[in-house]
Amino acid sequence: MTERTIPQQPGTPAIAPAIRAEGLTKRFPTPDGRDVTAVDAIGFTVPRGSVTGLLGGNGAGKTTTISMLLGLLLPTAGTVEILGVDMARHRHAVLPRMNFSSPYVELPHRLTVRENLTVYAHLYGLTCVKKRVQELAEHLDLSRFLDRPSGGLSAGQKTRVALAKALLNDPELLLLDEPTASLDPDTADWIRTYLERYRLRTGATILLASHNMLEVERLCDSVLMMRQGRIVDRGAPSALLARYGRQTLEEVFLDIARASDDRILTGETADAAE
Amino acid sequence: MPPNELAIPRADFSLRRVGAMVLRYWYLLRGSWPRILELAYWPTMQMILWGYINQFMASSSGGGSGWVAQGAGVLVSAVLLWDVLFRGQLGVSISFLEEMWSRNLGHLFVSPLRPGEWVTALMTMSLLRTLIGVLPAAGLAIPFFGYSVFTLGLPLAAFFANLIVLGWSLGLLIVALILRYGMGAEGLAWIVVFMLAPVSAVYYPVSVLPAWLQPVALALPSAHVFEGMRALVFDGTLRWDHLAWAVGLNIVYMAGGIAVFLYAFHQARVRGALLQTGE
Repeated sequence: MTERTIPQQPGTPAIAPAIRAEGLTKRFPTPDGRDVTAVDAIGFTVPRGSVTGLLGGNGAGKTTTISMLLGLLLPTAGTVEILGVDMARHRHAVLPRMNFSSPYVELPHRLTVRENLTVYAHLYGLTCVKKRVQELAEHLDLSRFLDRPSGGLSAGQKTRVALAKALLNDPELLLLDEPTASLDPDTADWIRTYLERYRLRTGATILLASHNMLEVERLCDSVLMMRQGRIVDRGAPSALLARYGRQTLEEVFLDIARASDDRILTGETADAAE
Repeated sequence: MPPNELAIPRADFSLRRVGAMVLRYWYLLRGSWPRILELAYWPTMQMILWGYINQFMASSSGGGSGWVAQGAGVLVSAVLLWDVLFRGQLGVSISFLEEMWSRNLGHLFVSPLRPGEWVTALMTMSLLRTLIGVLPAAGLAIPFFGYSVFTLGLPLAAFFANLIVLGWSLGLLIVALILRYGMGAEGLAWIVVFMLAPVSAVYYPVSVLPAWLQPVALALPSAHVFEGMRALVFDGTLRWDHLAWAVGLNIVYMAGGIAVFLYAFHQARVRGALLQTGE
């Protein structure tokens, strides 16, 4: 494969963070002519090799943020750099190095698992496609389902297939939107263990949006708390527990979700934590 | 900085990614024999119907239409070529709709796939689907009516190419409309091309149309193709002027189709439609 050099962003350190977002904003027009701000000038960095949780209630802006990081959604304002590459200008250069999984974006139902993985393996330019598909099928316990249509699988099986697709290219950056949503505890635990091992083995960076606080406490080195399109707090799970004087991240989540806007906007939060 | 920290794999137009998308649609097609059968069913039925109409109109009991009688199989040729245009457009639109029905656009466009590669794959599948649909019908016309459209010779390839390219342009326009308006616009995939049928002069010459409508017809590549086809069938002459007009207009239509598609794709990224659009 030929290679080219993407111009380094001014001020980019020798090893850029996996993700750097600055002033990231998304406004959607409404039928009555006003704009709704889904994400409001957020900024954050995700260091390489870390697992970062993106938390927030429904409508907090998590999926919108992930969509902008992936380049599926164009920001109204702000910049995104992935692995040191400006997504607005060189998105296609960095896409082979990242991947994404979400239970809300499905793979074609009528294709078998093998066919789906084969198509995506070719899209990511993999060599030895058959071997890679077989390898992932064994790792993710999919061998029995390889020749079954993807649409006929259970939720847990579909999640594993989606994860297999997301891992096809051994991504340096993995973005996961609710990776264990609607899974039974056993399957969810299996997925979390797999992600832990994957990160240890490859040193990959993971950004995951989740509503499951136990999952976040277990997997994440740091957490970004979102509310109404803004990052209202951030830090390591242990630091957040200490700051809010709580025993669990779920209690911290509820504190933030139910806090008055005054509290959020007056400083006990993200900017102060910075 | 580690070596090659910012050395990125080149991600320009890739035939392999085009092939991957063709494979995706081929998997879908081969997995369902009713779909393959359906591709050939309508062109065959249309050919048989129009073939008998052709025979009847050319016979004395049918009034002995001199116009039809002059050119053996003129209506059969017309219906087969019309199906090239229809199948060409449908081939692009249906393959695109497959992604919408399966809510797969989000996965596709976080992969290195580029819009241009996807469009090339849609066109390739359109060609494949058109050939699967039209070739059996053209072959069956020989035993049914003793007429082979292949006797048109090389010009047939030019007619075919012009009609399928027009079909692709229309297909891209429909894709753009669905990207803009969502699945509510899905029905356009089946009806838009028929708006062109009356002014494409498929079964009658452009001169039949009222004077005010003739410039509209002549602004369509399809009208030039069908006029050219009739000149070949009736007089045995290849009308280069019609062919040149068809090619020129097709360049304009295709440029327009691509521009509208790219604009709609960009707007879909602005609105977040790539992640949300589906059934």
